[in-house]
Formats: sequence, structure tokens, C-alpha cells
Amino acid sequence: MQGILEISGLTKTYDSGLTALDGVDLSINKGEIFALLGPNGAGKTTLIGAVCGLVRPTGGTIHAFGENMDRHWRRLRARIGLVPQELATDMFETVIHSVNYSRGLFGLAPDAARVEEILRALSLWEKRNDQIRALSGGMKRRVLIAKALAHEPELLFLDEPTAGVDVELRRDMWAQISLLRDRGTTIILTTHYIEEAEEMADRVGIIQAGRIRMVDETRALMKRLGRTEAHFPLSSPLAAVPAVLEGLNVSLSEDGMELVYRGGDGSGRGKAEVAELTKRLVTAGIDYTSIDIRESSLEDIFVDLLEGAAA
Amino acid sequence: MIAFNARSTWTIYKREVMRAMRTAMQSILGPVLTTVLYFVVFGAAIGGRMHSGQEGVSYGAFIVPGLLLLTLIAESVSNGSFGIYMPRFTGAIYELLSAPVGVAETLIGFVGAAATKSLILAAIILTTATFFVDYTIVHPVYTLGFILLVSATFSLFGFILGIWADSFEKLGIVPVLFVVPLTFLGGTFYSIGMLPEPWRSVAMVNPVVYLVNGLRWCFYGKSDFPIGISLIMTLAFLAICIALIAWIFRTGWRLRA
Repeated sequence: MQGILEISGLTKTYDSGLTALDGVDLSINKGEIFALLGPNGAGKTTLIGAVCGLVRPTGGTIHAFGENMDRHWRRLRARIGLVPQELATDMFETVIHSVNYSRGLFGLAPDAARVEEILRALSLWEKRNDQIRALSGGMKRRVLIAKALAHEPELLFLDEPTAGVDVELRRDMWAQISLLRDRGTTIILTTHYIEEAEEMADRVGIIQAGRIRMVDETRALMKRLGRTEAHFPLSSPLAAVPAVLEGLNVSLSEDGMELVYRGGDGSGRGKAEVAELTKRLVTAGIDYTSIDIRESSLEDIFVDLLEGAAA
Repeated sequence: MIAFNARSTWTIYKREVMRAMRTAMQSILGPVLTTVLYFVVFGAAIGGRMHSGQEGVSYGAFIVPGLLLLTLIAESVSNGSFGIYMPRFTGAIYELLSAPVGVAETLIGFVGAAATKSLILAAIILTTATFFVDYTIVHPVYTLGFILLVSATFSLFGFILGIWADSFEKLGIVPVLFVVPLTFLGGTFYSIGMLPEPWRSVAMVNPVVYLVNGLRWCFYGKSDFPIGISLIMTLAFLAICIALIAWIFRTGWRLRA
């Protein structure tokens, strides 16, 4: 199946010699939420900029909706929306003027009902006649989302959509983004909050030093690279890992006071093995004072991958 | 087929005009007041004792076209440059760059709005001048056309300046160091024919001389050189500006990373 966005061998080398994108290949499916993760300077914003016309690629091709972006940029851009990372807009304009401007800029006729719907959905309707500068940071970010939605894009880029937004508003925005996906909008977001990707994304791509390191479904990634870790503080020290625990990936701390299990695959196998481990410990009469068990998060996987790549 | 997005163009134009209206005190009243002061001092106060160098035209009336151009050029450059510089400065340019609009829509929107503001200014200045100076316009249609041409040309120049500048200092330095001095020395307050050699030849290098003389001809039917030369010089400058902007959009210079 051809993706809604097909990026092939995309390269961007700046005049300074810095290579921000180094042969990026990426395919985005229609209707999905795709999270692009990467450390600062990895090339996330450059990649978005290249698709949206802010950055001139030095190599490679971009196809959106099955058409070449270079050749058909006018009609393709009309179907793409962008919410930038920075709060960049005319702060002296009122909210409604700014959103109407965005709609007109993309060549659409004024539609008061549609604009009202967008503003209401983003809890901005009551603020529609306020100057943007008078709004809180979170509200300003919503205005940028409203502006990007004003021309009803089928493909929406959200560059760090919840950066600097408080927890409550962040969750509120996640709900808004999910709602957009439910309406059929394909969403590509970059984020520093791994939790955000874990919560919302259907698929995750990891970019580092301008290269896509990995792309996978979020659940499959968690399953493939996820781990269970369980700590068993002991009542009395042990000299070595007991023989009864053979077959399980268990290690003993240096002071002999803690058994640590690391294993599983993120699909629940780790939890089952921890349950088996507890049974064997009880049977062998090895006393432990508590169990501290946790599943690795996407963040752990992300950090492991980047550290692995760096090594 | 040449693609052109009329609604986008109108949207840009309308917003830019509204932005000027939002700052009307600064962008309209300020320049009008400054020009009126010139009329009061050079027209009404000491104008009666001055000789224009052109038969049948009082000194007060003689300086009207020059003063009008002084304001038109300065304001067109200022409006044209600020219109594109501000979104670059704030980062809001992303919206324009990611929209389905090309060079034609952008130029007509921004430069059209800048030129409109200049025309509003010109109308106010000319109306206000009637209170202080007795003048008539011999060729009103040519006058309107010439004002339009100068406004559009210098708004385009301002647009280039707004793309070139990467600081407010640079944005202000070209008008202060080049545009205003060239306009003052371009025959606003005197006829080039009154200058002795070699200053007369030196003055001929100043492109603003041709603009002032062109507009003066439109007003009074007489000037230091034929209107054709003024027209050719203005159109040449317009062509250079358009070529530069076409290159900027083709290469993305200072617009796209």
C-alpha cells in the first residue's frame, strides 16, 4: 500500500556543511498518528520543514498523496497543515482574524461555521476577539493548531505540540489530536515527551543524526524491545544465585542482598517469569522483603536504542 | 496554465492593509504631519521669498511634487520592508512559506498593500497641501499613474530590503543612509537647472532626480528633462526590483533554509 507521504533518500546539507538529513526514507500511512522521536538536533524539524516547504532539500524526493511535491507543490501544500514548534504568529491580531487569515491564505472561502467549530473544539471560542498576545502559552499553542486546521488539512504536522504546556492541557491536547485522527486526519508529530508518543502514536520513528534509525508500530516496538525488571530485596544475604532459579535471567547484587530479574519482551512474558520466580523462591525457602517490578517504557527503549547507536 | 491563487492574494493584501490601519497613527498620521510641517515652513512661511527656477510656478507649489515623493518613497520602502521583515523576525513566515502561494500572490499581496498605503498617504498629503500652498495639477491622470508606479517600485525595493535585512538596524540603515539623502538631493527643494557644474552632472547620477522631475512634469507640465527619461528610469528600476525578487523566490535566499 502506498503511503500518504513517501520520503525517499531525503538529504539536507546546509551551506555550513552540516548534514541535517542524511538519506531519510520514510513512509506514512493514511489515517495514522506517527511520532517522530529523536534528541535535539536529530533532524526532526528539518524533516518537517522539507515536506512543508520551509527547507530546500539538497537531495531525495518527497511524494504526498501519490504526487511529487516538487512538481505539484501548490495543490499538495493545500492539503497539508503545520503547527510549528515556536509560538510564531502576529501577536497583535485577534484569534478569529488570525484563523480566518490562515484559511484564506490556503485559498479557501470564508466559512464562519467551520471556523467556529474549530475554535470551539479547541476551547478558543470565548477568546475569539482577544489579541493573541493576551492569551496564556497553552492557549497560544491552541491558536496555532486552530490556524493549521483552518484549511482542513488531510495531513497535519505537529512539531512539539505540547512543549511548555502544563500536564492538564497536554492531556487535553492529546484528546484533541486523537479526535483529529478519528476524523481521518493523518498526523505526524515530533515530541520530546516519550509518554506522548506511547500514549497516542500508532507508529514510532526514531531519528538520530539525520538518519531514521528505526520505524515500528508502537506496540510492536514495546513488545520487541520492552523488558520487565523485578527487584527482590532479601532478608539475609546470599553468596550466589540459587540453583533453583536456573533458566531465569536473574542476577545477584554485589552485597548479596538483592536478586534482580531482567527479561521478558513487553508482551507479558516477563511478568509470568517473575511469578514463576516468586514461586521458586518460596519453595526454596529464600525470604525476600518486597518486590519492585516495572515494565520498561518507550523512553527506556528510546534511550537504549540511542545509546546502542552511539556505541 | 499559470497557477494563481486570487483568494490567497486578497487575504494577504487585506491583512497587510488592516495591519497598517491598526497602526494608523504611526503609518499614516506621522508622515502626513511631517510633510505638512514642510509645507508650512518651506511653502507658507519662507516660500514667498524663494524663487522656484520654473516660470509661473511659485516656490511653494514647486516643492509639492518633491515633498510628495519624499514621503511616498520613504513610506513605500518602509511599508514594503516591514511587511515581510516582521513575519521573518517573529517566525510567522512559516505560514506563508507552507501555503500554496507563489511569488505572484506574495508580491501582489504585500507590495499591493504597501502601495495602497502609500496612495492613501499621497491623497491625504495632496489634500492637506491645498490648505498651505496654491497649486494645480496639469496632468491628473499621469500624476496618478506616476504615483502608482513610484509607490509600487519602492514598495518592491522595500520588500527586497525586508528580505535582505536580518536586524532592525539593517532595516533602518538603507532608508536613512541612502533613500532619504538621495531624495533630499534629488531636486525636491530646487531645480537641477539651478545647480552649477560639476554638481549638475553629479546630480544626474541620482535616480531620484528623474522621479522628482517626472512628477513635477505631471503636476506643472514642465521639468528639467523630458518625461520619457523619467519614465524609462523608473521602469528600469522597477524591472531590476522584479528580477531580484524573482531570483530570491527561485533560490529561496533568506526565506527558505
